[in-house]
Amino acid sequence: MADAPNIPDEAEVRARWGAFAWTPENAEKAKQVIARYPAGRQRSAVMPLLDLAQRQVGAETNTQGWLPVPVIEYVAAALDMPFIRAYEVATFYTMYNLAPVGRYHVQLCGTTPCLLRGSDDVMAACKNRGMVKGRTTPDGLFTLTEVECIGNCTNAPVVQINDDNYEDLDYDSMTRILDALAAGEQPKTGTQNPQRRTSEPEGGPTTLKEMVDANHDYRKDW
Amino acid sequence: MLADKDRIFTNLYGFQPWNLKAAQARGDWDKTKDLMSRGQDAIIEEVKASGLRGRGGAGFPTGLKWSFMPKEPRADRPSFLVINADESEPGSCKDREIIRHDPHKLIEGALIAGYAMRARAAYIYIRGEFIREAETLFAAVQEAYDAGLLGKNAAKSGYDFDVFVHRGAGAYICGEETAMIESLEGKKGQPRLKPPFPAGAGLYGCPTTVNNVESIAVVPTILRRGAAWFSSFGRENNKGTKLFQISGHVNKPCVVEEEMGISFRELIDTHCGGIRGGWDNLLAVIPGGSSVPLVPAAQIMDAPMDFDGLKELGSGLGTAAAIVMDKSTDVVQAISRISYFYKHESCGQCTPCREGTGWMWRVMERLRTGDADIGEIDTLFDVTKQVEGHTICALGDAAAWPIQGLIRHFRPELERRIRENGGALEAAE
Repeated sequence: MADAPNIPDEAEVRARWGAFAWTPENAEKAKQVIARYPAGRQRSAVMPLLDLAQRQVGAETNTQGWLPVPVIEYVAAALDMPFIRAYEVATFYTMYNLAPVGRYHVQLCGTTPCLLRGSDDVMAACKNRGMVKGRTTPDGLFTLTEVECIGNCTNAPVVQINDDNYEDLDYDSMTRILDALAAGEQPKTGTQNPQRRTSEPEGGPTTLKEMVDANHDYRKDW
Repeated sequence: MLADKDRIFTNLYGFQPWNLKAAQARGDWDKTKDLMSRGQDAIIEEVKASGLRGRGGAGFPTGLKWSFMPKEPRADRPSFLVINADESEPGSCKDREIIRHDPHKLIEGALIAGYAMRARAAYIYIRGEFIREAETLFAAVQEAYDAGLLGKNAAKSGYDFDVFVHRGAGAYICGEETAMIESLEGKKGQPRLKPPFPAGAGLYGCPTTVNNVESIAVVPTILRRGAAWFSSFGRENNKGTKLFQISGHVNKPCVVEEEMGISFRELIDTHCGGIRGGWDNLLAVIPGGSSVPLVPAAQIMDAPMDFDGLKELGSGLGTAAAIVMDKSTDVVQAISRISYFYKHESCGQCTPCREGTGWMWRVMERLRTGDADIGEIDTLFDVTKQVEGHTICALGDAAAWPIQGLIRHFRPELERRIRENGGALEAAE
């Protein structure tokens, strides 16, 4: 999270997370991740392993997870690196949560391309549901974060909720998505514009029209 | 308009599956071994002859970059190819489309480029927020391994080559090549001083080349169709086809592959359904992603969209991500939001950038509301000049240029706000 987080009380956190260890499944995954890097360069795996740890914490708490200090210590020890080097990584990158988040982490893009297409309306839809930037709702369901460019600018405005993107939003579609999530349903991911599929112009592509219905091979025209 | 048969990314919109079988039916991985058997130097020469310039923003000739790599890597110092998929520049969203809809073009390109520069392996550094895209990329790489196209004797070429995917975790600065290398080594993404350049000492201290996704993904097609085909598009020194990304106030924002040097007007009218409210309603365009200065409507309308054409306008092609603003835009807010972006993304290593980005943003916010003195406009311009060129990497420059563009082209608007806020008197005297 972008703004300086409230790092939760050390003693309580230690009591809860001091015994953190990989689940057997994640232990196997961690081994595969480390194997991607040359021998002796296992430190390179710190980012993927912190992500894995955050996801495991998320699974155990039924949230999107975060990185309590004992968990970072565990990852650092697994890679034989000093704790401070792993902590440094955890605090540098915005996708590591240093404080607990809710069941759904709503990451709203507010950078200029989204701003121009109405990200303020999307923010209003979030606020209207009682969400506050940088906070989790009292029911623990939603955490709202304004993030910087998510890289879907031709489908702006965009929100990333957990692992999925919701694109071409407006006030109504955002409200609909939040309602669906609150009701435990999975809304349609990707573009919310019924006239688009991905990043082609609305109403159908202006190029490569043969590709719409068949896997066209253009080589015969070369 | 570019003919469909001359488009490289035929599955750009993902109407068809991305998997290996579908990709092969479209022409990927077709006799890759024969392309490689032309020899390493011949491949580099062909890429040089094609006129391909790096697609990540700086526009450095790709073939030339490869030729800096050692011809005979030592066994204890293997060479690496790092592919930059940390697409985070506001406005840019092309690498995402390649990765989620045509990943095999990238993977085949990685093998050929890696072979040409005598690399042992490629790391594809994909930005952390591209979660679904990374899942596709992991699966596509696995498919290539299962089909014998990567690994030992890759594609039966006799060359051993690995491709690994590395996910970032949300830091714009990791798109800078040396910050990316630091991050790959498991550190904070803070850029390194150059020299030494990565081709001398990069990832793990070994020779490394960092290329953009698009630069690598176009290579197999260039080799198949020849340098002369690729260089038949675009103007001198600005060759080839390019993925353009148009966002903001056009009727139909989209990503589209077009010929380099296409005029801005043709690009918008052909693919984006025109400017919202018509051409008279156009205010300004940021033609290459947030790092380049904006260009006012009158100058951009018929300008050619390529490296040199936009440089002549005091801006740049960058990643070819055009952010279009119509007359309803609060242009000061739009640029101020970009200043906030750079404040947020500054890695904190160099003082002019760490302190300067925050300072510039705060002044921009006051200029937005007019709560400033007229003299502060010049002070701000002066500060941007002191940040620019005084930092290790180009993030300081990227933070300075949008503000310089705003002051250069919209000074009367800034002054109007200050005057209406009642702050003109002291400065006007």
